[in-house]
Amino acid sequence: MINTLMNDELKSLTEQALAAAGAATDGTALEDIRVKYLGKKGLLTLELKRVGTLPPEHRRAAGQEVNAAKQVLQERLQARKQELEHGVITEQLAREVLDVTLPGRGAELGGLHPVTRTLQRLQEMFIRMGFEIADGPEIEDDFHNFEALNIPPDHPARAMHDTFYLGPETVLRTHTSPVQIRYMRSHEPPFRVIAPGRVYRCDSDVTHTPMFHQIEGLLVDEAVSFAELKGVLIEFLKQFFEKDLAVRFRPSFFPFTEPSAEVDIGCVICDGEGCRVCQQTGWLEVLGCGMVHPEVFRHAGVDAEKYSGLAFGLGVERLAMLRYGVNDIRLFFENDLNFLKQFN
Amino acid sequence: MLVSEKWLREWVSPPLDTQALAERFTMAGLEVGGVEPAGPALENFVVGNVITMASHPEADKLRVCQVDVGDERSRQIVCGAANVCVGAKVVAALPGALLPGGAEIGATKIRGVASAGMLCSAQELGLGEDSDGLLLLPAEAPVGTPLGAYLDLDDAVLDIDLTPNRGDCLSIGGMARELSALTAVRVQPPTIPAIAAAHEGTLKVRISARKDCPHYVGRLIKGINPRTATPIWMQERLRRLGQRSINAVVDITNYVMLELGQPMHGFDAARVSGGITVRHAHKKERLTLLDGSEVTLPDATLVIADDTNALAVAGIMGGMDSAVSDETRDVFLESAFFQPNIVAGRARALGLQTESSHRFERGVDPALQRLAIERATALLLDICGGTPGPVVAAGSAMDRHRRITLRAAETERLLGINIPRREVASILRRLGLAPVSTASGWKVTVPSHRFDIERECDLIEEIARVYGYERIVPRLPVTHMTPVPIPEGQVSDQRARLALVDRDYQEVMTYSFVDPSLQERLDPDATTVAITNPISADMAVMRSSLWPGLLQTVVHNRNRQQRRIRIFEVGHVFRSERGAYRQESVVGGAVLGPVLPEQWASAERAGDFYDLKNDVMAVLGLPGRGESCRFEAANFPALHPGQAAKIIYGDVAVGKMGALDPRHGQALGLEEPVLLFELRLDPLQTGGVPAFQPISRFPAIRRDLAVIVADDIAAAALLNAAAAAAGEALAKLDLFDVYRGKGIDSKRKSIAFALTLQHSSRTLRDKEVDEVMARVIETLRRDFGAELRK
Repeated sequence: MINTLMNDELKSLTEQALAAAGAATDGTALEDIRVKYLGKKGLLTLELKRVGTLPPEHRRAAGQEVNAAKQVLQERLQARKQELEHGVITEQLAREVLDVTLPGRGAELGGLHPVTRTLQRLQEMFIRMGFEIADGPEIEDDFHNFEALNIPPDHPARAMHDTFYLGPETVLRTHTSPVQIRYMRSHEPPFRVIAPGRVYRCDSDVTHTPMFHQIEGLLVDEAVSFAELKGVLIEFLKQFFEKDLAVRFRPSFFPFTEPSAEVDIGCVICDGEGCRVCQQTGWLEVLGCGMVHPEVFRHAGVDAEKYSGLAFGLGVERLAMLRYGVNDIRLFFENDLNFLKQFN
Repeated sequence: MLVSEKWLREWVSPPLDTQALAERFTMAGLEVGGVEPAGPALENFVVGNVITMASHPEADKLRVCQVDVGDERSRQIVCGAANVCVGAKVVAALPGALLPGGAEIGATKIRGVASAGMLCSAQELGLGEDSDGLLLLPAEAPVGTPLGAYLDLDDAVLDIDLTPNRGDCLSIGGMARELSALTAVRVQPPTIPAIAAAHEGTLKVRISARKDCPHYVGRLIKGINPRTATPIWMQERLRRLGQRSINAVVDITNYVMLELGQPMHGFDAARVSGGITVRHAHKKERLTLLDGSEVTLPDATLVIADDTNALAVAGIMGGMDSAVSDETRDVFLESAFFQPNIVAGRARALGLQTESSHRFERGVDPALQRLAIERATALLLDICGGTPGPVVAAGSAMDRHRRITLRAAETERLLGINIPRREVASILRRLGLAPVSTASGWKVTVPSHRFDIERECDLIEEIARVYGYERIVPRLPVTHMTPVPIPEGQVSDQRARLALVDRDYQEVMTYSFVDPSLQERLDPDATTVAITNPISADMAVMRSSLWPGLLQTVVHNRNRQQRRIRIFEVGHVFRSERGAYRQESVVGGAVLGPVLPEQWASAERAGDFYDLKNDVMAVLGLPGRGESCRFEAANFPALHPGQAAKIIYGDVAVGKMGALDPRHGQALGLEEPVLLFELRLDPLQTGGVPAFQPISRFPAIRRDLAVIVADDIAAAALLNAAAAAAGEALAKLDLFDVYRGKGIDSKRKSIAFALTLQHSSRTLRDKEVDEVMARVIETLRRDFGAELRK
């Protein structure tokens, strides 16, 4: 009888508690329920205490029942707590949705000038072939710019240079070739060196600016011939344009090399079909080169019977124009940001 | 050099079409820049003969002509040219003919009179500049012959870019020799016999400058008809090679120059007083030239003079007074050799570049003078009549032939290919170099016209050129390996560039020469390096700083609607120092506009001095040597007097930075502030190699401090004193606030900073930290009058 009564009471208490737990909407309500039923003076705790008042033979079973009820309630509270927490975080996450397509913020990257970009690439290529980098003054004397390169005063070749003068014997260097002389006079062969830098000629139109960049190359050793000149430059041009180009060497004249050659590549714009850029010839002149002239070796103090050398000079803007399809060299020095940013 | 293919083929005609011929020249170093037809395709243009001529009923200046064009019926053609006359051989354009200008000729009526075609001037035919009357053909021109066939217009003109060493090719004869060498087809020069004198008359010739003029040949031709027209075939050849027809005598001398390469001159003998002297010009001697200009001759100019005056500038241009004219009866022909250097310097000094000076400065065959005068005599007698006197000469022809030793081994060493000896000898023979075989190679004899061949390597180049560069097999060099040191501490220019690129700067490249007035304003103390012959007035001095160029770039882009500009340049600046020029590598930058690109949910802020300072610090930090940097307030003419700093790295002044003085900005049309910096790169290139320091495992303690000091106390001084007072326990010192305004005396400011203290081997005790803080506070109070901010 007592048993039954207790059972019924426990049952309804448990049901009440479970219903309250299920209905609780936050952690505080759950805590209140826990205290109300499971706290020190909680209703279920009291139930357990009442077990002691039962006849001994009922106590065990009754105790088990109350404990079972407590456990059910505890689990239910725990489950409800997790449910509620989950709901809160889900709601929070839902509130925190971003438009991931909005632009990012902060600074941007700048960029290198296209001529620097080209220069760096050219230098890297020659450095990997074992060339060193040399430097020289842009304000040169007549000796290094002309005389030592076998261009005496009044030589018609001087007319090809359109020289800027700072004084009777002082010029803005018209090419990077004087660095050859300076380097050879201060080092011992063999030489493997390139000299990049600014050069100046008194000339201005779509294909000429009064200032531009050249890279001078010089390789002097005991077994360097025209065959190596061709080998180095063909390889270099193919790598620069990343293309299996047609390359041809045409005899030409520079006072400081002999034999001398102009190097043409199959037009990279029209693939040799003939276009405006190659003037319908299918060929583009890209650089001048040759074997170092004995007179230059004499001025540089190199034994021309023991050593021979190849030298070349290439126009950096010219190569950049062909590589990137720039049609007016003056754009490089106008420095319009809309132009420059195209190379970033 | 323009070359008529037909004329060339009269000398040597290899079995190559025009295209192949051009290709052969190009690949032998005589670059053909273009091939043009010798004239327009003139279909339906024929040789006509004016049979009758009547006046036009409606127009005074028009004539109604009946023209025989070689078939049964004559054509009636209305013509307005003044020089039309009965019996004239003319060019008739018949219906269907297309003028080079584009107009088509049809049968039409001119002022009511039928006209079945048009009679043409040289200009209308595209055969010259003469539009003053009809092109009159010689009397023997066969009537009805198509004009193209009559003028031999089925010819190509090759435009050859000769290199300056190949003066020997500046003639049809020279080009023919070259083509013969390249194709192994024998050259057939015209026969030029010596012509005997028919009278004894001559002018006495004397050379007083033998070094500059070793050989002068002349001849007096008496009694010519000065008004003879130059034959049409000669006019055509001159035209194709780019020479205007002047008069018969001048045309003949030009023709011989183009044919043989010897520039010549004809004097009106009646205008020469006494004899001919080749001498240097007197001081300030004056001469009126053929082109009408009067020049004062520079010292040491070589002139041809008579007994009283200079008549011509040797090898460059004749004078007006002694020129051959319509009245000339007796002509004195000149054929001389002038040294290249005497012509080259003078032609440029006088600003005269003539066909003659072009040849002399590149070199003329020193043995050619007599042959040329015989050729000119024959043509002159043939065309203008007259009787020849004896050839008179002063000096002597320099036809000493140079001998050069050529080694087979050297040829192989330089070319990297073994060309069979037989082939080398054959190439040398074709070039006229007369090789004689020796044990090690050849002895060759250089003919006088190849004055450019002076030494062995010249011969090797000739062999390679004729053999063909394309036949030399390319190979990669086998060279000595040399280790290239890579100093770890070295900071390259490229590293500095990338640091700035990563901080949102765009690299630019500006000209090394700048506007002198802008440079003078920005850098008045610079020693100016001026260009004698600048390309324009605003590019006349070498830059002493990157700022003029950078500022002009800012202006350029600001004018093109750019509102945020961040640019830098790496390059040389120049100055002169005790007569020597110095160049220095620098990096400089200019900034205008907001510190960040426009972006959402972020207020725009103009970049200021301190934003720029951080960018400058990034570059200064690259060497990683831990050198101290100091920024000292300073004055620079370019910069705002209160916002300019001198930058000191270690002990070295390495640069300057600040805001552009707004007055300069205004002058440049810039309304917004511009910030500038410039750093010398050389002192920043040697960096250190990192050295490991043990990391403390003990907790760091941070204490913040805010002090109030007088407004003119430099933050750096305060922080340095705080650091010194804190001693070795200080791990980090960061300034985090500067405040002026409410709550603080108007002449004072609050500076707040955080000290991070840490010991390397144990935890700091509170008492120690308190002691450090007390020391710092006391030092700042004592040295700076600092009070703690409550």
